[in-house]
Amino acid sequence: MKTYDAVVVGAGHNGLTTAAFLAKAGLDVVCVEKNDYIGGAAVSRNLHEDWIYSNCSYVCSLLRPEIYRALELHRHGLQVTPFGGSLTFMENGDYYGSYHDAEVAYRERARFSRRDADAYERYRSDTMRQCRIIRDFLLSTPPDPTSFRPKDLLGLLQIGRKFLEVGEDRIYETIRFWTMSVAEYLDEYFETDVIKAAMSGSGIIGTALGVHSPGTAYVLLHHYMGDVDGNVGSWGFARGGMGAVSGAIAGAFQSYGGEIRTEAGVDKIIVRNGKARGVGLDNGDEIAANIVVSAMDVKRTFLKCIDRSELDEGFYTRVENFKIRGSSGKLNIALDGLPTFPALPEGSSLHVSDMHFIDSMERMERAYDDWKAGTWSKDPYIDMVMPTTVDPTMAPPGKHFMSCFIQYCPYELEGRDWTDLEREAFAQTVIDQIANYSPDFRDLIVHYEVRTPADIEEQIGITEGNIFHGELTMDQLLFNRPVPGYAQYRAPIAGLYMCGSSTHPGGGVMAAPGANAAREILSDLKRPNTVPENFGDD
Amino acid sequence: MTDRYDAIVIGAGHNGLVCSALLAKAGKKVLVLEANDQVGGAAVTREFASGYSVSACAHLLYQLQPKVRKELGLSAKPASDRMRNVALSRNGKHVRYSDGAVTGVSDGDARSYRQFHRQMTRFADLLNTYLNLTPPRLGTSEFRDLATLARLGVDLRRLGRDDMRTFLRLIGINIHDEVTERFETPLLRGAVSFDAVLGTHLGPRSPNTIMTYLYRLAAGHGQLSVPRGGMGALAEQLAQVARTAGVTVRTNMPVKRIVVENGRVAGVETAGGERFDSLIAVSNADPKRTIMELVGTRHVETGFTRRINNIRMRGNAAKLHLALDGLPTISGLAKTEFGDRLVIAPDEHYVERAFNPAKYGESSPEPVIEMTIPSFRDPSLAPTGKHVMSCVVQYAPYALEGGWTEATKDAFAKTCIGTISEYAPDLESRITASELLTPADIEREFHITGGHWHHGELALDQFLFVRPVCGAAQYRMPLDGLYLCGAGAHPGGGVSGAAGRNAAKYILRERAA
Amino acid sequence: MSVQEVPQGRLRTPFCARLAALDTLNSWHTWKGYTVPDALYCADTEYFAIRNSTGVFDLTPMTKYRIKGPDALVYIDRLVTRDMSKIRPGRVAYAVWCNDQGQVIDDGTIFHLKEGEYRLCSQERHCAWLMDSAIGLDVSITDETAEVAALAVQGPTSFAILNRMGIEGLDELKPFGLMHVDFQGTELMVSRTGFTGDLGYELWLDPDRAEFLWDTLFAAGEISGIRAIGTDALEHARIEAGYIAAYIDFLPAHATVRTGRTRSPLELGLDWLVDFKKPNFNGRRALAEEKRSGSTWRLVKLDIEGNKPAHHAYIFADAKARRNIGFVTSAAWSPVCKQNIALGTVRTPHGNPGSTLWVEIFYQREMHWSRKMARAEVVDKPFWFPKRRGLTPPDLV
Repeated sequence: MKTYDAVVVGAGHNGLTTAAFLAKAGLDVVCVEKNDYIGGAAVSRNLHEDWIYSNCSYVCSLLRPEIYRALELHRHGLQVTPFGGSLTFMENGDYYGSYHDAEVAYRERARFSRRDADAYERYRSDTMRQCRIIRDFLLSTPPDPTSFRPKDLLGLLQIGRKFLEVGEDRIYETIRFWTMSVAEYLDEYFETDVIKAAMSGSGIIGTALGVHSPGTAYVLLHHYMGDVDGNVGSWGFARGGMGAVSGAIAGAFQSYGGEIRTEAGVDKIIVRNGKARGVGLDNGDEIAANIVVSAMDVKRTFLKCIDRSELDEGFYTRVENFKIRGSSGKLNIALDGLPTFPALPEGSSLHVSDMHFIDSMERMERAYDDWKAGTWSKDPYIDMVMPTTVDPTMAPPGKHFMSCFIQYCPYELEGRDWTDLEREAFAQTVIDQIANYSPDFRDLIVHYEVRTPADIEEQIGITEGNIFHGELTMDQLLFNRPVPGYAQYRAPIAGLYMCGSSTHPGGGVMAAPGANAAREILSDLKRPNTVPENFGDD
Repeated sequence: MTDRYDAIVIGAGHNGLVCSALLAKAGKKVLVLEANDQVGGAAVTREFASGYSVSACAHLLYQLQPKVRKELGLSAKPASDRMRNVALSRNGKHVRYSDGAVTGVSDGDARSYRQFHRQMTRFADLLNTYLNLTPPRLGTSEFRDLATLARLGVDLRRLGRDDMRTFLRLIGINIHDEVTERFETPLLRGAVSFDAVLGTHLGPRSPNTIMTYLYRLAAGHGQLSVPRGGMGALAEQLAQVARTAGVTVRTNMPVKRIVVENGRVAGVETAGGERFDSLIAVSNADPKRTIMELVGTRHVETGFTRRINNIRMRGNAAKLHLALDGLPTISGLAKTEFGDRLVIAPDEHYVERAFNPAKYGESSPEPVIEMTIPSFRDPSLAPTGKHVMSCVVQYAPYALEGGWTEATKDAFAKTCIGTISEYAPDLESRITASELLTPADIEREFHITGGHWHHGELALDQFLFVRPVCGAAQYRMPLDGLYLCGAGAHPGGGVSGAAGRNAAKYILRERAA
Repeated sequence: MSVQEVPQGRLRTPFCARLAALDTLNSWHTWKGYTVPDALYCADTEYFAIRNSTGVFDLTPMTKYRIKGPDALVYIDRLVTRDMSKIRPGRVAYAVWCNDQGQVIDDGTIFHLKEGEYRLCSQERHCAWLMDSAIGLDVSITDETAEVAALAVQGPTSFAILNRMGIEGLDELKPFGLMHVDFQGTELMVSRTGFTGDLGYELWLDPDRAEFLWDTLFAAGEISGIRAIGTDALEHARIEAGYIAAYIDFLPAHATVRTGRTRSPLELGLDWLVDFKKPNFNGRRALAEEKRSGSTWRLVKLDIEGNKPAHHAYIFADAKARRNIGFVTSAAWSPVCKQNIALGTVRTPHGNPGSTLWVEIFYQREMHWSRKMARAEVVDKPFWFPKRRGLTPPDLV
């Protein structure tokens, strides 16, 4: 039987990224995927007639440009088009638009409060400053603060120096930023409820936290630090849907000689004599490899695919305690035409924007209270986009694909499984919310797909369907992610590595975990590094 | 009349008294001005109904720093020592816990709790070292700051690799996850969750509630006591120590403003128009009151004003005082246990649900309650055979939608009494008088902005290096001669004396330099 | 019915139609959301109008705030570094304001309109900062940017033109003075201020009367060579006058992301605006500390050899370009001084007046780039400071 240099478990964007960088370094790599399609949560699925659904992740901005370039993703069909503008509908019939043009955006804020309109500048530069601090760490392995190895000490020193450079006052601001809630952070700049509500969404998307929960200001950053061609904070659509991202990475991987096997679900990671030797597939086949890299989340990797006896109890408990919470759902809709929104002036650019339907911080927080009580939000926060407004390839001409990301939606309802009736009721909650602002919306629906966290787990394999493979709270970031002491992509089993979003720097279609893992693996194998450095920015 | 002092301490709260005593012991001529007619601030004993006295604000002593006790030679004999916590169950199967031991739970939970307590107290000890130090400034090249930081680094590493990792992970985590991972008994989960969120605007699911829990354990591992004569007795003793050291303590002297001349503190003016000269004013008042009202924003800078203005300090803890003509009946509670701390927090979800309305300016329809019956061990507080019950109830938001009126207060008091009655069915028939102090009342009576018992939310973004605000964590305010010594400064509230002691040390060090 | 959308395009100032009527180049840009001309016929001609006759510049997009109330003086004195108690009603002060760290947020002019009432006029917007500065004080802040139309009338014949318009009392108006006059039934505020370093005035009035003012002004100015000008000409003039501009010679502290990129007034050569003797003001503690321990940067005015403007040039302490000490922020060839001038920022202790520095100039001639190390003299005074600027009454020319 053939022995590969490496087998990567899971052909999501991170798994493929690791695989591609390893193959680029000359390794013989196979990437196995349980589904009959690749992409994990970055997929384009043809689920209804000629409509293509980005049915998991739906926008692309965090994908590190360094990786984009190093893997020459443009050659493999990836094209990202920036998308500006977002909108919040208000209960009183008004709306708050966030325009791409800075002056128009200023005027719109000034319509509510001149103070807020001006405060935005300070908000922007303060937030950018935090982005700059974190961005430098995205494509690097977090140092272990408990270690005395020179590499770790140097890494800590670098972090220390980074902080010293920003100056005393800024250090304090940074400490506060990392520990405060998005609501409190915004309160320090803005007075208008709808402006705060519109901005706070980025602080809670994908988390099991409310806008008032400490630590959510940081999550805000996680959504802001993306960029499309250097425009920080802007989002983009991958032409052809999010599957184009994984498709392109897969293309790069194959161009380096890599092999992908679909419908090859991993049942077991084979460990012999304390070393990973390969994987056992659920059809009984085995694939032998010198190293095994898991792109699955850390719980699935260690609690489901490895014999408990291979792991020490402390590690096992920590993995058990790692928090991966189902908190978001999706509703993907095929539309017969573009829905109209009477609250918006005719001809407004906002008709094509990222739409939201919650206009106050109280409603944002109450949506979370529902989740805490074990049910989906009855007045949910919806992040609604229609990629087909810029991408002609995803639906027949004149038709549209709508992606609704819904916060909050629990993995289980009051501790038990979802019924079909409840899934339908959840979908109707979302449809009702949108229909409140679009009278013709309901009639335009030709097909929809409901995705609760349980569905996402079932189909993609992510524990509880959490988009980040684990909460982005302070206790699970940097050197604590996924498990303190194991934040450097190496599992406590020789030859076993982690490269999924459970590792630093976390989720979002960033591909940084995959790249960082590849760097560590290549360094262990004493192979030349193929993973790019941060572009850096001074 | 003009008198010149080395320092004037504004407010005779326990921290103000500790600070003044330590300054005087170092030879400084110190004046303390207190607005109320009693010393103690929020540590007072007050008659709320004829013949019934109660610790009007803080009612349990568990955070007094041993160093304060030692340096001031405090010897107060507690009326109750080593009180236990009793998490009440409606069916009488209560859970009792103290000092790492718990009864009424499974063996597994008892073991888990012991482990939990051992780990938490270990971390709390580490934290406590730093509660008793002026926080170092970050990003400076000052030797003292660097030395403290280096020490922190060494202390962390001394925990050992495993514990250090756990500590770094835990500090930002929430109590909800910890209790659900560790314990199976809802009552224990509820009570520990409640301990973590007492006095805060946080629910068990809010991150950083492990930190608030550690804070609670820091000085005395959570061991509770009540001084004989109530908390006021401790304040009286502190005032006595201060006076003996030479401090002039004057009550009924509300300060109107801190006099600023030539860009620095020149003295203090009282509401009665009296002026006292001193180049140092040490405010035991909360930071907002100190800056916004006593100093005036014109004397400080805009950025600093903004930060002070942004301090979150909206209290959620109300005090309920009941005069009882006899002990209530609580099923399953031994007679001796009426001297313990009784807790109503049936499970962690209950605590979280109690918190929810507070976010929207509503009070809890099912509040969490901490009850003590101090008269049980200290008969001086009530007429013979009668009792007082002192409760902390959460959540009663300071900024209640529509404001606190007689009607809303009555309704909330009723809710609380109703909640307690579910455990003590005859309570209502025993009540002869009652008093509810909402955070708004606490603000008015004790001059604490927002009625917040920490003088500012105890959250990581208002803690340690950034308490009360960025760039002013060293007790010294950006106005020459002005210092803070109250709970609003590092480390925070609770009757600990740490802020007062640290401030005094800082001032003496700075003045010596 | 839906709420009307905010204007999506550039706004027009009340003078825009008049400017457009004179425009021949169709070269416009955006300034704070308004359409303004780079130049209307020829930037050089427009520049010479400022220095030789009169140039008229539309400064309506300047941000204007009304500051009013019993604590107005206390407020404004705490806001800016300069002693505002010395600025009487009817006087205007150039001032800078800083954050707590003593870093410049912006500069601007403060008009003491009457007792307890000021107008603050600046390039950038500061509503949030101004309102935060009002916490605890009895003062109101109103943004009146769109409610006041403003024209700068600058040049040696400006006095004569305004005089001819029938503005009374102008001969007594000293530099940095302001007065209110009746202009055919509308209140017109005239201040002897400007951004050109020459004799000049600024006119402020109700936007509804803007075109009427324009027409009257141009009718009166026709025989005195009045010309509308664009930003290019003004930019040239302000460098000659040695005036700094936000986002060019310094960055507003609030909008700055990177540490060390902001500047204190001391570093911008504005020591004379910082009064440590007056009561507390924003940045005082930090600036006092900077005064004690020394500044990091210094703004320099450079007189550079040759005639090739030193745009974006590095500044060196030596001719061999070994020690880089800073860079040029504004540069121009000065037609009136026949000097190659620049403003720059250098690390202390470099840049003492009278010292010699070197700038590395890159210039392009017919596609090819050349590099030249040019000697630069650090000068103390503005490059252009004509006597007429200070004369009261000015000459009637």
